[in-house]
Amino acid sequence: MLSSIAFWGAVETGLLFALVALGVYISFRILDFPDLTVDGSFPLGAAVAATLIVGGWNPWLATLMAMFAGAAAGMLTAWMNVRLNILHLLASILTMIALYSINLRIMGRPNVALLTETTVLTPFQDMLDAYYLVPVVFFSLVVLIAAGLLHAFLSSEAGLAMRATGANATMARAQGIHTGRMVLMGVALSNALVALAGALFAQSQGAADVTMGVGVIVVGLASVIGGEAILGTRTLLISLIACIAGSILYRLAIAFALNADFIGLKAQDLNLITAILVAVAIVLPGVRRNMKSVGVRSA
Amino acid sequence: MIEVQNLHIRFGAGTPLEVHALRGIDLIIPRHQFVTVIGSNGAGKSTLLNALSGDAPVETGCVRIANEDVTRLPSFRRAHRVARVFQDPKAGTCENLTIEENLALAARRGQRRGLSRAVKAELTEQFRDALSRLGLGLEKRLGEKMGQLSGGQRQAVSLVMATLRPLDILLLDEHTAALDPKTAAFVLELTERIVAEKQLTVLMVTHSMKQALQHGDRILMLHEGRIAFDIEGEARAKLTVRDLLAQFEKQRGEELEDDSLLLG
Repeated sequence: MLSSIAFWGAVETGLLFALVALGVYISFRILDFPDLTVDGSFPLGAAVAATLIVGGWNPWLATLMAMFAGAAAGMLTAWMNVRLNILHLLASILTMIALYSINLRIMGRPNVALLTETTVLTPFQDMLDAYYLVPVVFFSLVVLIAAGLLHAFLSSEAGLAMRATGANATMARAQGIHTGRMVLMGVALSNALVALAGALFAQSQGAADVTMGVGVIVVGLASVIGGEAILGTRTLLISLIACIAGSILYRLAIAFALNADFIGLKAQDLNLITAILVAVAIVLPGVRRNMKSVGVRSA
Repeated sequence: MIEVQNLHIRFGAGTPLEVHALRGIDLIIPRHQFVTVIGSNGAGKSTLLNALSGDAPVETGCVRIANEDVTRLPSFRRAHRVARVFQDPKAGTCENLTIEENLALAARRGQRRGLSRAVKAELTEQFRDALSRLGLGLEKRLGEKMGQLSGGQRQAVSLVMATLRPLDILLLDEHTAALDPKTAAFVLELTERIVAEKQLTVLMVTHSMKQALQHGDRILMLHEGRIAFDIEGEARAKLTVRDLLAQFEKQRGEELEDDSLLLG
């Protein structure tokens, strides 16, 4: 069994990646814009926040700047797609690769340690006896606020316009919606959330590392798809809750799998398992539908 | 009023697949006129409609709507003047959004969209009122996804959506072609009712000569990117499907003669 520290550690990571999942939900689901920028904007958020905190900035301001940096990265990807007509997937890969260099430039070295610095978590450090619950409570609040604001935005006139852009761009334009601008705004918002996750991740783990972005997009996708498979997508609110639940359950599942020695899985198998899980989750609904229609035909 | 002057539209210019879709269209549609457009495949009906909506690239010529030159404006910048119902019921609505949300989108056609709630109580009241007049019971299903409606229901809602806000022209792009005859008749009857009620200016593209004769007050026949036949008033009232067919044959006959000249 998992120790309670390992359990709450998994929940904490799940909460942080819930922000990634919300970001991925905006690009993949709302805008129908497969965006791999996140593999670069996650460490970008971490790099910006860590570098600024080490440079003496207020950690909240540093985190805010990290979000702006993420938004700029997303905007670059969307701009390449909307203005230069580069395929969305390719545009996002270009930004992602470019960000690897940029992140190294920002930090000046492959990683920045934050262990002795004041982070957004520092003031709350001693508030609970179970010290490992402090980040869980803190990040729960962050995720709730982020999801609440996102829900409010997507229910607004502008948010509805963004949803229409992804669902039916021709119809959206016929309604007077500037679809190009919506894509720019949406991908920027998505990457701002991912950079926020990166900035908080660096502060809770005590370091920013240039390689910490590898596979973030797949984890985000796994959370979105897994959550949808469990909770469904009946309403916008349920979809957003599904992202959060999916992310936390994904981390718990991984923690249990790695903890169960009899399966023989090791930490290095993580990405392989994630990739397989995502592939299965994408294919499964289709297979189920096919099996149903076969059943109807034979009956 | 809609004014189209010497409009030329060419797709794939400079490639072997170049299509000269419109070859000099001149057209004035006065306010409150209901124009039907017929013609064979490739005659340029849809291209003319797309030129008015801003979805086709104008090569030369000019399009003015209500005295504004909109020739170079993309569709989303003229949406405050132009409303449109698509041929495919799926194209004009978002199936993953609710009926209410679709209507809310249309209720702000061509206007600024801010951060206030999209679906407000006073809007819902207006939607319920507009939908109840369709007699389809849709006013009780505002919260359902658009995708759950049948093609005919979706076209009916599309019509309501198109006419929620003031407009200078309503574009109907074979909006009953994808429906079964009974549903098509219902949607056409609904179209007539809304157009009459709101005194709209309409351009309706159709494949059916019967539809063109039964609805509206002016018929345009396009042929190879030109207006081949333009009739309104009393002359139109006396017109039959047979006359229109004869016109069609005449156009095609000229085409044959051209070819025989070439081949001979």
